[in-house]
Amino acid sequence: MNREMTGAEMVVQAFADNGVAHVFGYPGGAVLPIYDALFQQKNVKHVLVRHEQGAVHAAEGYARSTGKVGAVVVTSGPGATNAVTGLADALMDSIPVVCLTGQVPTHLIGNDAFQECDTVGITRPCTKHNYLVKNIADLSRILHEAFYVAASGRPGPVVVDIPKDIQFATGTYTSPSNAGHKTYKPRVQGDPDKIKAAVELMATAKRPLFYTGGGVINSGPQASRLLRELVRLTKFPITSTLMGLGAYPASDPQWLGMLGMHGTYEANWAMHECDVMINVGARFDDRITGRLDAFAPKSKKIHIDIDPSSINKNVKADIGIIGDCANVLGDMLDAWRASDAKTDTKALTGWMKQIDGWRARNCLAYRNSKDVIKPQYAIERLYALTRDRDVYITTEVGQHQMWAAQFFKFEEPKRWMTSGGLGTMGYGIPAAVGVQMAHPKSLVIDIAGEASVQMTMQEMSTAAQYRLPIKIFILNNQYMGMVRQWQELLHGGRYSESYSEALPDFVKLAEAYHGVGIRCDKPVDLDSAIQEMINIDKPVIFDCLVDPAENCFPMIPSGKAHNEMLLGDVAGDLEKAIDEKGKVLV
Amino acid sequence: MSTPDATTTHYPAAPASERSERHTLSVLVDNEPGVLARVIGLFSGRGYNIESLTVSETEHQKHLSRMTIVTTGTPMVIEQIRHQLERLVPVHRVLDLTVGGPAIDRELAMVKVRGKGDNRVEALRLADAFRARVIDASIESFVFEITGRSDKIDQFVDLMLPLGLVEVSRTGVVAISRGPLGM
Repeated sequence: MNREMTGAEMVVQAFADNGVAHVFGYPGGAVLPIYDALFQQKNVKHVLVRHEQGAVHAAEGYARSTGKVGAVVVTSGPGATNAVTGLADALMDSIPVVCLTGQVPTHLIGNDAFQECDTVGITRPCTKHNYLVKNIADLSRILHEAFYVAASGRPGPVVVDIPKDIQFATGTYTSPSNAGHKTYKPRVQGDPDKIKAAVELMATAKRPLFYTGGGVINSGPQASRLLRELVRLTKFPITSTLMGLGAYPASDPQWLGMLGMHGTYEANWAMHECDVMINVGARFDDRITGRLDAFAPKSKKIHIDIDPSSINKNVKADIGIIGDCANVLGDMLDAWRASDAKTDTKALTGWMKQIDGWRARNCLAYRNSKDVIKPQYAIERLYALTRDRDVYITTEVGQHQMWAAQFFKFEEPKRWMTSGGLGTMGYGIPAAVGVQMAHPKSLVIDIAGEASVQMTMQEMSTAAQYRLPIKIFILNNQYMGMVRQWQELLHGGRYSESYSEALPDFVKLAEAYHGVGIRCDKPVDLDSAIQEMINIDKPVIFDCLVDPAENCFPMIPSGKAHNEMLLGDVAGDLEKAIDEKGKVLV
Repeated sequence: MSTPDATTTHYPAAPASERSERHTLSVLVDNEPGVLARVIGLFSGRGYNIESLTVSETEHQKHLSRMTIVTTGTPMVIEQIRHQLERLVPVHRVLDLTVGGPAIDRELAMVKVRGKGDNRVEALRLADAFRARVIDASIESFVFEITGRSDKIDQFVDLMLPLGLVEVSRTGVVAISRGPLGM
C-alpha cells in the first residue's frame, strides 16, 4: 500500500509494519518530528531510557530474549555517540538491532552544526550496515531494508541516520515487500556434499565433541531442537561457548558445561583430546581457543556458520559448511539417518569414561564458609531458588559473569543475556529492562558486580518509571574482581585502581530509585533474602556482600593451551601429588 | 598458587608468520556514497594491506563501480579479505584474479622528466623502447605516458631517475580476467 506521509510518520509506520511493539530511545532536537509522530499513535510503545547506551542494550536484551529485532531511536551528535558502545556490543554478539539516529538538516551536514557528528562515519565499523537518508523518496525502502539486513544472515546492528528535514518532508510510503535486498542474500542452506562428508567423518569418530555457540541461539528455537536431536541420536558429548548456553540443556548427562578460559576441566580437556569436533555456530574466539597452535591438536574440524568469514578465520576447518544452523542441523540429521552412519559405540564408551575421569576432578568445587558468602554459593542458591520459575538472566562483565555461566544452569535458549564479544560492563541493567519489557510476567535477574552495575545504574529510573520489577543481584566483593584476579596472577598482586572505593549504599540507592534494597552478608540469611527478593513486585537491588578474595577458576591463562588450565585450591588439592609448579600445568 | 610466566598476556600469542602472497582482487560494488570508505575502513580496521586500489564507475545505468585491489597476506588472510569484502552489504561480487584463472593487469603512469642534451635524447630513446608516448613537451622537459604491468613502470621510472625525473603520477593497477567470461 502506498500512502503520502511525512518522514517522521514513515518511521513510525515502518516500525509497525516490521513488527516493532517497543522502541527504546531518548528524544532530542534532531528527532523531535519522530517523537511527535510517536506521540500521536498507539501501535508502538516508546520506552524512555536514561542514557542512549542503555537504549541499545535494552533493545539487545529485548531482541535476545524474543528473537525479534530490537528498535532504538536516539538524537544526533551525543545521542548517536552514546549509542556506539551498544552498537559495537550488538555487532560482536550478532544481535539484530535497528537504531535510528537523528541528524542535522541535510543543508547543514558538514558544517559543524549544533549536535552534529558524522554518525555514519563513526558507526561504520561498529554496525553491520548503515545508511544516511538524503532523500525522502528513499526513506521507506531504507527503513525496511534496515530491518531485513539486521535480522537476516548473521544478525547485527543497523543504523539509519535521518536528517531533520527528511523527517519533516512529505513523500510516498511503500509497505515492506518480501523481495529482500538486491545484493545482500545470505546463504542459509548448507552444501549437501559437505554435509554428507561431515556425517561420514562423524561416523568414524572415536572421540567426538560438539562445540556449539551463539549461532544456534540466533538461528531460533528450531535450531536448538534439532541440535538436541542430533546430539542424542549420535550420543556425542557437547560443550558450548558463553553465548551458546541454553541451546542444550545443562541437566543432560551428555553436557560438559561451558568451555574456554573459565570453562570446565572436562569440557576443555575433551576439546584438547577430541578427534572430531563439530562446531555449530561458534567462531573460535580467543577466549575459547587459548593458544592457537595447541588448540584441539588431534582433531578434524567441522565448522558450521552462516558467515563465510567465520570459517578459517582463526582455525582451519577440515569441512566448512556455510549455512543457517537450523537448516544444516536438519540436513545432517537426515543424512545421518539416511546413511548407515553409526556411532562407534565401543570407542564412545571409552571416551565418555575418560571424560568422567576429568569430571571427577570436580573443577568448580570451592571451599564454602559459614562466615562469609562465597560468590559461587550465592549463584548456586540463586539458581536453586529460581529454577522452577520462568526466569531470564542478564549479567554485567567480570567474575560474577563467569560464575553465573558456571553455576547457573540453563535448560532453554534465549534465557541468558550477556555481553560476550565486547565484554561491556554496564550491559546487565538495561538489558534486563529490555527483557522485562518483552516478558512482563517473568522473573528477570541481572547478576551483577558492584563495579559494572554503576556504569548504567541510572536505568533503575527507567525500571521504576515502567514498573519493571527487575532484580539486580550484586555480588559485591568491593573489587573489579576480574581485574584484581589478573593483577594477582600476572602483576605481582599490585592492585592498581581495582578496589571499589567509596561505594554507594546500594540499599539506599534502590530506595532513591523507588525500588527496594536488600543487603545480605551471612550465608545463613541468604536463602530467605533471595526469597524475599523474588517476592517483591518492584525493582530490587540485592547487595550480596561476598568474599572479596575469591577468584574465578578454572582458568586457562591466555596464551596457554587447554591442558594447561589452572584449577582453584579445592579441586587442585584433590590430587596431592601435583606440586606448585605442576598445578600451573595441569 | 604460583603465577604463570610473566610473559603471559591477556591474549594469545601472534601466530608464527607464514609466507605472504600478493593477490589482485576485483570487487563489484554499488556506486553509492560511502562505499569506498567501507572498503578502506575494512582494510585498515582489520589490519590488511593495500598495495594498490583503483575505483571507478563501470556501469552507469546500474550504478556499479569496479574496484581493483592489490593486497598481500598469508593464504588464510587473503581468504578472510575476500569473505569480509563479500560481507559488506553494497558489495555484489569479489573475484580473486590471482587464483581465478589467467588475468591481465595493467597500470598507467605519467612520468615527467627534465633535461637537456644527451639526457633528453636518451630519455626519448628509452621511452621509445618502453613504448611510452610523449604527451607533453617543452624545450627542457617531457611528460611520458606509459602503460604496462607495474614492474615495467617501476623499471622505466628507475631508468628516468638519472636522466632528470621530476615526478610520477600512477593510476594503480586495473585488472581483468582473460577469456570470454565476465565476473
